[in-house]
Amino acid sequence: MYRLEKVDYKNILKIDSLHIRGREITFIEGESGSGKTTLLRLLNKMITPDRGSIFFKNTPISTINSVLLRRRAVMLSQEPVIFQGNIRENLLIGLKFSERAPVSEKDLSAMMTLLHLEKSLDDPVVKLSGGEKQRIALGRVLLMDPEVLLLDEPSSALDEDTEHLMIEALVSFTKDRGKTLVMVTHSKKIIEDFPTRIIQLKKNTAYDDKEVDRPC
Amino acid sequence: MLNPSLLQIASAFFFVIITLLILRTRKISREKELVIASGRMTLQLTLTGYILIFLFDHPHPLYSLAVILVMTVFAIHNIYARVKNPLSKSLKRIIALSMTLGTGFTVFYFMLVVVQVDPWYDPRYLVPIAGMLIGNAMTGISLGVTRLVTGISDNQSRIETALMLGATPRTATKEVVDHAFDAAIMPTINSMMGIGIVFLPGMMTGQILSGTSPVTAIEYQLIIMLGILGSVAFTTILFVELGYQTFFNKDQQLIEVN
Repeated sequence: MYRLEKVDYKNILKIDSLHIRGREITFIEGESGSGKTTLLRLLNKMITPDRGSIFFKNTPISTINSVLLRRRAVMLSQEPVIFQGNIRENLLIGLKFSERAPVSEKDLSAMMTLLHLEKSLDDPVVKLSGGEKQRIALGRVLLMDPEVLLLDEPSSALDEDTEHLMIEALVSFTKDRGKTLVMVTHSKKIIEDFPTRIIQLKKNTAYDDKEVDRPC
Repeated sequence: MLNPSLLQIASAFFFVIITLLILRTRKISREKELVIASGRMTLQLTLTGYILIFLFDHPHPLYSLAVILVMTVFAIHNIYARVKNPLSKSLKRIIALSMTLGTGFTVFYFMLVVVQVDPWYDPRYLVPIAGMLIGNAMTGISLGVTRLVTGISDNQSRIETALMLGATPRTATKEVVDHAFDAAIMPTINSMMGIGIVFLPGMMTGQILSGTSPVTAIEYQLIIMLGILGSVAFTTILFVELGYQTFFNKDQQLIEVN
């Protein structure tokens, strides 16, 4: 799905070669400051590398329109951002931003169940907890049903049980629909519970597929 | 009221002296500014008076255009000085362009369609009208610039989130852009609300004092207010529509803002 070659970004991230396969789940781990978020932002074209090339399905992403790429490979940032309005509006805003038709009420309710949110779609967002906001931000991305999901610690504000449920739902969503999931995580437990391909980034060290890759 | 004599004018400076006394007794350190401001006001108005006399005696389209140009350039620099946020080069260019096109269009529409004086460049009409339209556009656009710059900087994470979800820069900044436009035209709408009841505008008061019939003064005031609304709206919509784009690069990424 993605191939990175000799990518360098502002002394934060150096990648000699990296291959992210399609229809697979890839976890990214590494200490803080090792460039995990930067890697996701490069894949979502929110930033452009100083040197090197990134390919999306063998096309250099420098030649792909950023907005169209971001609609196919959607990114979720670590800090959930909530917009004014109620839960329904917040769940539908990704579709609105990417100029697509809203989903049905039935699909919205199904998403609330998947997110384990026992709230009304009409509830205002002001009183939501950090974990609830995080799940709504995740739900918003899932409703867009993109080819690639680039998720930056989507469960960091959740307790361990909810986190497990959420990642489980995410993993089966990805597998059932043949999606590509690239997820940054800090949680050793998630990595143990859900064996997938892992990319381990290290501070000030160039990442090379051949050396550090530990497929499970 | 007849033409005020020099002595009468001097007697009005009594108010400056009173204000200076208040400042001195209360030890408010504003005396120097007041003295400078009074001096500058007198000098600037006197000079303008002579320039106007010259223009009225020698009407020529080039002179009139030169006056509009000088006013516009001065207004643009005033906007740069007024807005406290740092402005990028490209944003400054957009401000200059919007002021020139927005006020230019309004002034010419006003002279050719609304007032219809002959010749169109008659400085007796063109100079004061251009001054009011450009001056008000300057105030409006300054508010718009401040709102746009702070709005983008305060809503950085929202704008970035929208981009990550596949929004175009236009969609991602729509709310901020609309607020900036709204902030710019609000003062004009407010003064349209209060005009005639809460206050009598300076232009109308001046005309009445110099002997014009109140009806004529009011007719002029009405069209000039509509012209002001137009010049504020045109310059600001041009500015916000072009201005938000300077915060993004060719890859539709948000450029780091302060």
